Amino acid sequence: MPNIQEIASYAQENAGKLNINKYDIYGSIVDEVSVQVDQGEPKQVKASNRSRVIVRVWNEENTMGVTSTTDVDPTGLELALKTAYEASFFGVKENVPDFSPEAKAPLAQAAEGKVPQAPVDQLIEKLLLAEKELLAAHPAITGIPYNGLAQRDIDRFYLNSTGALRNEAHSLVSIYLYSKTEEENKKPRSAGAVKMERKLDQLDIQGCIQEAAEKTISHLNYEKIKSGKYQVVFSAEAFLSLLSAFSNLFNAQNILDNQSLSQAEDIGKQIASPLISVYDDGLHPANIGAETFDGEGTPVRQVSLIEKGVLKNFLHSAGTAKRFNTQPTGHASIGAKVSVGANFYHVVPAVDSAQELSLATGENIILIDDLQALHAGVKSLQGSFSLPFDGWLVNKGVKTSIESATVAGDFLELLQSIIYVEKEPELTPQGVCPRIWVSELAVTGE
Amino acid sequence: MLTNTIIFSNQLPNLQYKSTTEQFDQTWEAPLSILLGLGRAAGADFIEFFLERRNHISCLAEEDVITSISPSLSTGAGVRVFRGKSDCFVSTNDLSFMGLKAALEKGLAILGLQLPTANAFIPEINLELLRDYANLRGKDSWLSLCISIREMGEVLLDSTAQLQKKANHLQSRRASYFRDWQEILVAGSDGTFARDIRLTQSVALNLLCADGDHRISMGDRAGNTSDANFLKTWDYEKSAELVAESAGKMLYADYVESGTYPIIMANHFGGVIFHEACGHLLETTQIERKTTPFADKKGEKIANDCLTAWDEGRAENAFGTIDMDDEGMPAQRTLLIEKGVLKNFLADRAGSTRTGHPRTGSGRRQNYTFAAASRMRNTYISTGDYSTEDLFASIDKGIYCKKMGGGSVGATGQFNFGVDEAYLIENGKITKPLKGAILIGEAKEIMHKISMCSQDLELAPGFCGSVSGSIYTTVGQPHIKVDSITVGGR
Repeated sequence: MPNIQEIASYAQENAGKLNINKYDIYGSIVDEVSVQVDQGEPKQVKASNRSRVIVRVWNEENTMGVTSTTDVDPTGLELALKTAYEASFFGVKENVPDFSPEAKAPLAQAAEGKVPQAPVDQLIEKLLLAEKELLAAHPAITGIPYNGLAQRDIDRFYLNSTGALRNEAHSLVSIYLYSKTEEENKKPRSAGAVKMERKLDQLDIQGCIQEAAEKTISHLNYEKIKSGKYQVVFSAEAFLSLLSAFSNLFNAQNILDNQSLSQAEDIGKQIASPLISVYDDGLHPANIGAETFDGEGTPVRQVSLIEKGVLKNFLHSAGTAKRFNTQPTGHASIGAKVSVGANFYHVVPAVDSAQELSLATGENIILIDDLQALHAGVKSLQGSFSLPFDGWLVNKGVKTSIESATVAGDFLELLQSIIYVEKEPELTPQGVCPRIWVSELAVTGE
Repeated sequence: MLTNTIIFSNQLPNLQYKSTTEQFDQTWEAPLSILLGLGRAAGADFIEFFLERRNHISCLAEEDVITSISPSLSTGAGVRVFRGKSDCFVSTNDLSFMGLKAALEKGLAILGLQLPTANAFIPEINLELLRDYANLRGKDSWLSLCISIREMGEVLLDSTAQLQKKANHLQSRRASYFRDWQEILVAGSDGTFARDIRLTQSVALNLLCADGDHRISMGDRAGNTSDANFLKTWDYEKSAELVAESAGKMLYADYVESGTYPIIMANHFGGVIFHEACGHLLETTQIERKTTPFADKKGEKIANDCLTAWDEGRAENAFGTIDMDDEGMPAQRTLLIEKGVLKNFLADRAGSTRTGHPRTGSGRRQNYTFAAASRMRNTYISTGDYSTEDLFASIDKGIYCKKMGGGSVGATGQFNFGVDEAYLIENGKITKPLKGAILIGEAKEIMHKISMCSQDLELAPGFCGSVSGSIYTTVGQPHIKVDSITVGGR
């Protein structure tokens, strides 16, 4: 498979041959191995080496077309450039995407680089051991139906016809363990945990086993819950998954498309409780998969989204930044239509609360650990959600698992009804966030 | 050029093949039979090559402008190697002989196997004569017959103009279309050698209406396999009218009051209930993971007497229709449940090996980067004995779920799905629109609570995400009544 310099050179040669003067290319090469086990035996090992590039071409009328391809040899790139050129005559005539003004700007920091991959045998061995330990954690845990240990190397690059050329590489390892219980006359219960790191020897496998075991065991003794209004505490994972589902709030492209709960003039508006601040910080030290530039080559940076409940900024591509008369923020993915997305959330308490709330003393509080079926239960353009969840009813520190329930509300109202942001942050794949307390939400049980 | 029918391992680097890069045809027999032989000689029990070429284009119209035309080209191969009950899967973009060999070698090494040493005899695998469904069914010309970029743009713009005409309080309107052309070739060390072409198209209309604090988003989707002219014949006026009408009704709807209700689920996409609550649990993948309550229930009653359900690959033009599955097996028509009794599971090759259930032509995958797994195709509940009016007349207070959103099923058999358009039923009549409903329940319990099926079976296109990626499926049913189900709301 060609390397990035070779791809750049093929693109330049072919563009010259096809009389294409303006183009850019974003691409990635992923080398990945993952293993799964089942009851003490390796189940499936997967390995792949995949490349994908997306080519944008501007024609003589300055309209733009794209093509993506997995075929990165000279013939494949020639075809992609040709197809993109043909598509360019159907491109938009207003607000035509352009190169980022920051595609050659210095990057804030270098990517971490790749680390040598561990042999497959070692992955299998570690996962088999993890499975064994988790099965031994409690007699009711009868299986780990969903498990996996994966390592991947990711090379990514951006180049354009004015000479911008960026590339970086990083490695990731991850483990997930999702265990299931079976007990006589009881419904099966399940829970899981995920951990990520750069190197296998740094991966917190024990932490993953322990978290999966504790959560699963804590759901063994479950009870139905009465439908009604409850004070609710969201785990970091639950809150961030909800925030991500409503990320159109911060997305400048969505705002321009009328596909957002925000409007351009909402900057400066109090959209949440003054107790909370939210940042997008792709370069946060805890972000294992940090990338230093986006799909347009713009350097990634920290962006303040909400400060003390006030909406401060939107996330931008080069095109949206131009229309909002501001700078791109490093959140773009290129395509025929450039899209914008968050990198890594960082949620913090904005001020010291007058009162510190605690699950150890509170009564009749629902702690939501994990929200499910977000694709079905979130109406991101309406602002409403109605979602099944895993969680507990907590009374003075005593947690009772909830058999089956849904939580419903309006996300903008939820943001305003935050009554406490805990201090202790938790790391999740989507970001860093403490537990978030909300005054009242509708819960459906029985 | 292959000059000798007896191949030795040290000759491999010098072999040259004339396999075409433009089409997966008989010229691939020689290199693939050698590679399969190599794998067998190394000690693998079974090897499968899945070669894929894809030409995908999507188009988006927003308001009165085409804002995105996205062509995407991809080629690649997935190599699966079995040794005992273990298997590994390697994917690559490199379709050259040496690229495929490297992928095979990686797969063998993962299972502790090595390619034969120098001068070892390589037993070629005798592949069947290419079973070419593309050729047999006249699919080779499909790509060239598809609508042009200009035409697709015109249709989409006409459709968003219809939304403008028919809807009130519009905030945004969109039409999106994709055409996914896929050519695949499967070769297995059991002699399987089969080729197919698939053409999947889908078009959707979406709008967002807002009036003060009232907001509603609504959409409608149509889909097709096998008809190159699909977009030209799409009735966008009807689709726009349906979406506008639903949005108009739902814009000022109250939130549903949570609780347990009898419900009537509409036909068409209402079939997602069976897909999520039962269909997934009849895949052998779920038996392997021990995540289905139905694993040992074949021949037993798992549903109400009124319920008969099928999963089939050959419904004409339906969204999940395939001539062969992604393991080269002809698609079957599989009876899942007959009058409440579990008759069959859906099995792929590995699932069949590991669970003992016969293969059903259900081995499916998103693309060459996924190993095939047992997945649904066109899945539906059969017609029943009642009229839709009978169903409504049987309910004093309940909910009519006219338009379903997506859903999912978890490891414990608990399912959920959202309702995009719902109405209160009072004394057998629809009275007012309701929003924000999500249905949750246990698969084992809900199947017994489907107590009435009407006669108006309709199918609807859907996208199903699972272990082998996102695939095209059909869901379907007539109107059905569920005696009681938990409805999450406010």
